[in-house]
Amino acid sequence: MSEPAILMEHVQKWFGQMHVLRDISLSVETGERVVVCGPSGSGKSTMIRCINRLEEHQKGRIVVDGTELTSDVRALDTIRREVGMVFQSFNLFPHLTILQNCTLAPIRVRRMPKREAEELAMEYLRRVKIPEQAAKYPGQLSGGQQQRVAIARALCMQPKIMLFDEPTSALDPEMIKEVLDTMIGLAETGMTMVCVTHEMGFARQVANRVVFMDRGEVVESGPPAEIFANPATDRLRLFLSQILRGH
Amino acid sequence: MSASLAAPPRRRLRLSWSDARLRGLVWQVLILGAVALLIWYLARTTAHNLATRHIATGFAFLDHAAPIPIGETLIDYTPSVSSYGRALLIGVLNTLKISIVGCLLATVLGTLIGIGRLAPNWLLARLCGAYVEGLRDIPLLLQLLFWYGLMQTLPAPRRALHPLAGVFLSNRGLRVPALAWRPGDGWVLAAFGIALLGAFLWARHAARRRDATGRGLPLWPAALLVLGLPAMVAIALGAVPGLDRPALHGFNFQGGLLISPEYAALLIGLVVYAASYIAEIVRSGILSVSTGQWEAAQALGLRRGAVLRLVVLPQALRVVVPPMTSQYLNLVKNSSLAVAIGYQDIVSIANTTLNQTGQAIEGIALIMAVYLTISLSISLFMNWYNVRIALVER
Repeated sequence: MSEPAILMEHVQKWFGQMHVLRDISLSVETGERVVVCGPSGSGKSTMIRCINRLEEHQKGRIVVDGTELTSDVRALDTIRREVGMVFQSFNLFPHLTILQNCTLAPIRVRRMPKREAEELAMEYLRRVKIPEQAAKYPGQLSGGQQQRVAIARALCMQPKIMLFDEPTSALDPEMIKEVLDTMIGLAETGMTMVCVTHEMGFARQVANRVVFMDRGEVVESGPPAEIFANPATDRLRLFLSQILRGH
Repeated sequence: MSASLAAPPRRRLRLSWSDARLRGLVWQVLILGAVALLIWYLARTTAHNLATRHIATGFAFLDHAAPIPIGETLIDYTPSVSSYGRALLIGVLNTLKISIVGCLLATVLGTLIGIGRLAPNWLLARLCGAYVEGLRDIPLLLQLLFWYGLMQTLPAPRRALHPLAGVFLSNRGLRVPALAWRPGDGWVLAAFGIALLGAFLWARHAARRRDATGRGLPLWPAALLVLGLPAMVAIALGAVPGLDRPALHGFNFQGGLLISPEYAALLIGLVVYAASYIAEIVRSGILSVSTGQWEAAQALGLRRGAVLRLVVLPQALRVVVPPMTSQYLNLVKNSSLAVAIGYQDIVSIANTTLNQTGQAIEGIALIMAVYLTISLSISLFMNWYNVRIALVER
């Protein structure tokens, strides 16, 4: 393997006095699928948001697809073009149609011809199984449909890496499956994925590696089968017992 | 299907004081009656007072010659020859002139300052903050007097500031060269119209090209057309379009286009004051858009300016339009403070009219009718716009 898709070295971050990321070192290979889990407040969302600089890290290095994240604007542009992100609260643009949501960035950022962008968008909307909703507005769709549109919107930029920040946490139980199925489909195409989620079934099915975070540090990481069967630390054991009880 | 076609059952009104519908009806009748009584009383008193003072009512005075000197007129007017009606019309036009230009400029300035106040640049944000906090806390009348006073400190026409050829700034206002109308200029105007149409078609063609290929066309050919074609027609007709340059005659300038110190002071005062409120409206509109929208757009690779323009401002507009309507109405009504600095708007001219003719009731009624018409027009337009930009949900 050449260089990793994402490389984090000794990354640290504070919110005021609070130390939210403590010496995070993590590398994700191209085509690897990593699931990040941990109790709330463990810093997993902050960590994933540092990868496309929605949050700035204050110490350490982050290299994404060969480009180091610094205050350099062009480096940031390059990275954001190659990294797609899906949010817990969908964040679709409510004033644009589904199709326009998907074509906005390809047209404005990639300078793609409108017709080509629309064809591409329809292709991805077919892939997330909602091409018939293209002319509607986000407010007219269910939560699960909106989240699938958000995935299609990110894919329209044809990113090399996809980040998922708790994509199913805001969904009603019956809609979780349709979003997870979309993500599993995406994993099968060999996309590099980093996914913050509590869906352990999903982790078991698609993840190459599970990273467990607590209090701002990576506590354990390993293949899902191994890490779920034999947690090495008390913290992970406690966490697993808590989330498994809920299921 | 047949059930939905049946009319809903009509409920009979129950004659009981505990029936909410009966109570509502009684209250409405009582209030309407009270209002009618009040109006009748006022009308009767007025008619009685007018009769004892031997004042004739009616709008006949509108046709009488008006000996009011008016400084700025958009249409022809001669004191003591033109009618009161025409004088009042000039007042209305002057009010519209200040209101329309004022609303446009205040919107532009206010939007820029509102965005500036949220900028990541510390200095810019503080400056915009200071602007808002400073200007909205000083009474408008005081600001108008300040700007007018500032205009008066400019040098007299003989020592006018002369920054560019043909431009003179003095305490009599700003004089700039104007295009003079000559026979044959109609053709030049027609050429300008055709050039504008051509430029529009070019811009549309360029937009289509951008949709089809991702690369637009340069816009300079359109600009060249708009400027070049009328110039060529003018040269072909053998006359370079004439410029009416201002020149000093005696104590004042003649010719050219005049922006009077009164108009300038009123415009600057109204715009600067309204912009401080509009800036806050725009700021609150931007803040009403969730940070998730910013993050999603930035994660897609859009830069800050593009996020603001394509994602945030279109959504902020929904929140901004209703309070913005109030600000436009305020600006229009505040323009009546023109009286204080001698700009002859409808209030100023109607005041003079009612002093000269004694037709106070008609004069005030006219002023109210004018403001009501302008305000309702603004409200109607803004409400229509508000409905148009509303989000589609379900």
